Amino acid sequence: MNISLRRLGAATLCAVAAGLPGIAVQAATAPFENTMAQRMQACTGCHGAQGRAASDGYYPRIAGKPAQYLYNQLVSFRDGRRDYVLMTNLLAPLDDAYLREIAEHFASLEIPYPPAQPATADVDTLSRGEQLVTRGDAALRVPACVACHGSALMGVAPAIPALIGMPRDYLNAQLGAWRTGKRHAPGPDCMAQIAQRLAPQDISALSQWLAAQPVPAAAKPATALPAAMPLECGGTAGTAGTSASGAPR
Amino acid sequence: MKQPVLRRAGKALALAIVAALLLGALVAWLNVRGEEPVDATPPPAATTEQIERGAYLAHAGNCVGCHTARGGVPYAGGRAVPTPFGDVYAPNLTPDAATGIGGWSDSQFWRALHHGRSRDGRLLYPAFPYPNYTRITRTDADAIHAYLRSLAPVHLQNRPHELRFPFDQQAALAVWRALYFRAAPFEPDPARTAGWNRGAYLVEGLGHCNACHASRNLLGATSNPLDLAGGLIPVQNWYAPSLTSASEAGVADWPAADVAALLKTGVAPQASVSGPMSEVVLGSTQHLNASDLSAMVEYLRALPRAEVMPPPEAASGVKPNAVGAKLYDQHCAACHGERGEGVRGAYPALAGNRAVLLETPANLVHIVLEGGFAPSTAGNPRPFGMPPFATVLSDTEVAALLSYLRASWGNQAAPVSALEVSRFRSSSR
Repeated sequence: MNISLRRLGAATLCAVAAGLPGIAVQAATAPFENTMAQRMQACTGCHGAQGRAASDGYYPRIAGKPAQYLYNQLVSFRDGRRDYVLMTNLLAPLDDAYLREIAEHFASLEIPYPPAQPATADVDTLSRGEQLVTRGDAALRVPACVACHGSALMGVAPAIPALIGMPRDYLNAQLGAWRTGKRHAPGPDCMAQIAQRLAPQDISALSQWLAAQPVPAAAKPATALPAAMPLECGGTAGTAGTSASGAPR
Repeated sequence: MKQPVLRRAGKALALAIVAALLLGALVAWLNVRGEEPVDATPPPAATTEQIERGAYLAHAGNCVGCHTARGGVPYAGGRAVPTPFGDVYAPNLTPDAATGIGGWSDSQFWRALHHGRSRDGRLLYPAFPYPNYTRITRTDADAIHAYLRSLAPVHLQNRPHELRFPFDQQAALAVWRALYFRAAPFEPDPARTAGWNRGAYLVEGLGHCNACHASRNLLGATSNPLDLAGGLIPVQNWYAPSLTSASEAGVADWPAADVAALLKTGVAPQASVSGPMSEVVLGSTQHLNASDLSAMVEYLRALPRAEVMPPPEAASGVKPNAVGAKLYDQHCAACHGERGEGVRGAYPALAGNRAVLLETPANLVHIVLEGGFAPSTAGNPRPFGMPPFATVLSDTEVAALLSYLRASWGNQAAPVSALEVSRFRSSSR
């Protein structure tokens, strides 16, 4: 096991151990069913019942995320573009067709979101976070998050994920991983470009503000973007209104 | 007085030099014996049948398994094969002239498989399983080569091996080969059926089953391609169970159809594959046709049976421990059943499961820590899975849990210590 996993394991051990028994007890009373939900117990052990996220703040929610986005992540873990050894080992013997079915299964689940995480940052930090999310920073050549992730920040089907309804630690970890080259998306990797233009305190401001936003009841990914995306992104094929030809870089 | 001493020393030195030269010559000769001069003529144009046959045979040999980096182009190489002597990187097999095998002749390709030598004459490392591939016929080798030449060329430089001294030396490899390798074609046994012989050809040769299912000595050599008595896979530390033992993975007592199902789909009523064997089913055996599968099954079922050892003394009288029982109820019973009965077709029974009772707990530790799915195959496209417990259970807890499994519901195997769990945890990667 590599070092990063050990560190992660140590950090999350208590939280996960505390979160799991509830799930196990719930499952113990449920009879065996020949269903996708039954098959996906390999996932929900860490990602929480029905993929609603674990209480530790690291394993993210997967329920209700756009199907193509989830599929891209599964393939990326299996093929080494994302780096987390437990996911990689788990997915190694699975083919594309099954990964797609897994993605569609979790995308189809409509599970209530947890309440927003109260922000712990000062007013200036939160206002910087809000600025980056809603307006971007032209000087840093960082587009607004809403330009791609939708004005409601619930993502855009089929490939762009929501940015709200996720814990701060997870957002920080992912933006950090993109910034340091640990996480990759199919090229052109727009999120890597953006994360590399952000300073660590900007990432922290973003995560603080995003994690503090409540998710409205029955919120879902948008079906299309109103305008072309400001950057070209390899992972977003099939998203309506995403063509970025001639877009400023 | 001085001169005779000097003369004697000189004589001894001369003798030593002659002996060293003779030994060197012997090693050199052992490395090239039986080799015909290599023909560098470019291969003739391949027929469609030959290419299709080659694709099938490449599956039977699971070439793609090692010769593809994670997420890389199939056959373009770059995957590390970890060995106790360092990492060996599988080379690019696409027909790129500069970085792949685009410039190779049929004869050179054959020499690599049969004699373990590269186009330029360099000795190849036996991480490339030529001690098995030496059994492959020339016709089959030519077909595999024809298939590889039909692939789109990928320009990708081979990554140099990362081996420690002296294992990075060709001379060391020459000595290893002199000791442990002998090029030999497959010799059919006329006393056996055609099916058995075909199975033997596949198991010993292309399938290179004993690259994992046999123990290796200190220098990494298996005793011979017929040895299938099980072994711990170096570095990965998964135990490839004995195919000759009824208490490990012998299939002599299984219905032939169940053995074929395991190889074709990854699951059978008695067992499902996990770990490195998932990769084998995924990349290789699921693609075998019915006649080759049944030949392989015939051969495997007819392997000489090893004597079944009684459970070790450490296993007798061990009572299920309470800590393990609690962990089992909490984390395992929902799927594997309150009495370890499992769910047929989905979750393996743990009561009486040979994989649970193996002397080494290596595979159990891997499975509990990493979880896993059976491979998705045409015959089992939507496998069930188990979550990883690496971040949930400590070494002590895993040890208690496994000791409990091994002493419950009639199971009788030695307890597992936290030290053993720790050792295998560190090899999870």
